[in-house]
This record gives sequence, C-alpha cells and structure tokens, in this order.
Amino acid sequence: MRKFLIAALFGTMASPAFADGTLYDDMGGKAGMDRIVDVSVDNYLADPRINEIFSESNIDRIRMELKDQFCQLAGGPCVYKGHDMVITHKGLHLTNANFNALVEDLQDAMRKCDIPFATQNRFLALLAPYQHQVVTR
Amino acid sequence: MLLLRSGLALLAALLSVTCVRADDAPSRLWQQGSALFDESRLLATGGVSAVEGEGGGGLAAWSLITGYGTRDGIGLNIHETYVGLPDYQLLAPGVAIGLFDRLELSYAWQAFDSEATGAALGLGQGFTFHQNIYGAKLKLIGDAVYDQDTWLPQIAVGLQHKENDRGAVIRAVGGKGSVGTDYYVSATKLFLAESLLVDTTLRLTKANQFGILGFGGDKHDGYSAEFEGSIAYLFSRDFVLGGEFRTKPSNLGVAKEGGAFDIFAAYFLNKNLSFTMAYLNLGNIVIHDHQDGVYLSLQAGI
Repeated sequence: MRKFLIAALFGTMASPAFADGTLYDDMGGKAGMDRIVDVSVDNYLADPRINEIFSESNIDRIRMELKDQFCQLAGGPCVYKGHDMVITHKGLHLTNANFNALVEDLQDAMRKCDIPFATQNRFLALLAPYQHQVVTR
Repeated sequence: MLLLRSGLALLAALLSVTCVRADDAPSRLWQQGSALFDESRLLATGGVSAVEGEGGGGLAAWSLITGYGTRDGIGLNIHETYVGLPDYQLLAPGVAIGLFDRLELSYAWQAFDSEATGAALGLGQGFTFHQNIYGAKLKLIGDAVYDQDTWLPQIAVGLQHKENDRGAVIRAVGGKGSVGTDYYVSATKLFLAESLLVDTTLRLTKANQFGILGFGGDKHDGYSAEFEGSIAYLFSRDFVLGGEFRTKPSNLGVAKEGGAFDIFAAYFLNKNLSFTMAYLNLGNIVIHDHQDGVYLSLQAGI
C-alpha cells in the first residue's frame, strides 16, 4: 500500500512534464518566449518607475540574455551563459518596488502575447524566488 | 452613528482623490506621495478588509499586511462592510494601515442591528449592539508571494481588542463581559503555480458572535482555540473567487453558536479600490436559525 502511494505521489508530480508539454511549450516555444522578452523589455524601457535602471545598459545584450534565461527557466533547450543573478544586480540597489514593477511589466507582456493567466503564474512562480537575489536594498 | 458618517465621508473623500489621481497622474502630488505610499506590492496581495477590520478575507484574518506598501512603504485604507441577514443587519466601517510590510494597525466599528428580534426579546425594535475593534498584526517570517521555492508560508501574529457597549444586555443573556481580546496566529501562502491562495489561522477567543454578544458565558468562560481558513483561486490579476470557514466558541446557554462560512468574489479595480461580494452563512444567532445572506465590502486606499 505504501509503495503504491509513493508511486502514485511521484507519478502525479512527474506527470505534468510529460502529459501536455512543458511550460516552455505552453508559452509558445522559442518564438513565443522571445516575443515575451521583447515586449517585456519594451515595457521596462517605457516604464517611468524603472527605466532609469537600464540607462547604462546594453539593451540588445539584456534582450539576448533574458531570452536564454527565460527559455531555460521554462524548461526549454537553451543555456543561459550570463553571470548569476546576484552579480548582475549587485550594483543596481533594486527595491521590492522595482522588482514588482518588473513583474507587472512582464505580466502585461505575457497578457499581450495571449498567455493564459494560469500559465503566466506557473512561470512567475519560477521567477519569484529571484527576489532574494535581485533585491538588495 | 457619527463614526459611521465620518467613515463614509472619508471613503467618499478618498474615492474622489483616487479619481483625480487617475485623471492627471503622474502629478506632483503623486510623485511626493509615492515615495512613502509606494503602492508597489502586486495587485490583490494585500487581501481585502475582513469583518473585524484587519487585512484578510471576509471572515478570516490573513498574515498579509494590509495595503500595497512594500517593506520600504506604507499602505493606508478605509472600508465599509455591510452584512444583510434575514433577521439582523451589520454595518462595519473601518480603517487600517500597513507599515513597511511588517506591522498592521486597524480599527473597525461594528453596528449590529437586531431589527424585529430586539422587540421580540424586549430590547426594543432595532436595538443595536456597537463594538469597537482595535487590531494589531505583526508579520514574523516568510513572504507569501516571493517564497515560491519553499513550502514556508508567511506567518503573522495578531490581536484584536474589542469593546462592546451593551454590557447590561450581554450579562442578561449569560455573557461574562463586554470587553475581550482575541489573539491569533495566521499562516498564508500563495501557491502561485496553482494560482491558489491558502490561509489557515488559529484564534484564541472568548467572543460570542465575534463579540457582538460579549465575551465568555454561563456555559464556558475561558479562551477557546478556534480555526479560520480561506482558500481562493486567482482567475486574473484583478479577480479572485474563494471560500472561507470559521469556527466559534459556544459559551452561552441561551443559544448554541456554530461555525460560519462564506463564498466570496473580490474584484480589484486597481490598487486604490476593491469590492468584495459574498454569500455568508452565520448559522444560528440567538433565537434565529439559518442566518445567511449577503456580504458586501468596499475598500479604498493609497
């Protein structure tokens, strides 16, 4: 009985990955996720709450690195080769307000790309813990 | 009554400020205010105003600090809540402030109108119980939203000091006092990948019907450990549907008090305005069973 329960439990945990595609697939694969990043970055640059953060940044490089990172995070076949999150955000002194603004702009982007709300949240759940590394002030 | 009127006036004033702000933002006022009233937590993550004034659902206290202030800011809100039951009616306006996403202070004023029941009990038609509720809540550990990589919920402790103005009637029905203090510990977690918010709260209380019928009774006069909980599904950033359950002590010999539950829908127009509508079932209240009806609550804040 116990063996059955354990098997059932792990079976349930493992099944979403195999059943109907990964989160990466649900978010439109490479093309879909690249578009989400592009729209998000456009939103960041247009957002008076946070656009100053990017004033010294190489925007093309940010787009490229975010595309790799988001793709990898969602279970896609990409490898993020940039620095870790602590190093890239260390000097920026970001607040929770900044972090949440980034989240809201990403939510807007995902909505614009017609990602269902429940799928958006699956992705945000993977990003949320980065708050600990990104927010330093 | 004066308090109720001033509460409504404040609500109206805040509403008008909200509307002006939406029109000409970003104004200078907005820029100055935004430093402290940063409104920078995510929509709906402050919960709504519970019936006793704290940040929560309707029946349950949540560990979330009210409003939209981050750990660098403050959130302030006012609310008006109406409960319409077959034989009673409750009005409960209040005000609450969230300080640095750490400490919450709240005040609510409840007016419980006994309508025709008051006359039946010899108290007089529309005999009304009033209650002041002073609340404080301190977030201890965890973050309900960010901590998606652990099972640890956000945990807070709180207290609610309640003062009822109908001591003589309370004692006549077997109640022991008109003043009481509830203590609670609350654990709230957003299961973001599932779009689900779950709260469980343990409350130590002597309150009869939330304190409307006083504290302690002829049957039992000590503290009881009671449970309250909520589960809510996030349909979108601004719309939440959920249910709540709350157990209550049964201290009075004159009536058996049972649990309460609700099914609610909350709509967050923006970070300044939210509206909650619920079906609320309070079971028996004194001589009347089946006290279920509508719960309406409006919250406005900065």
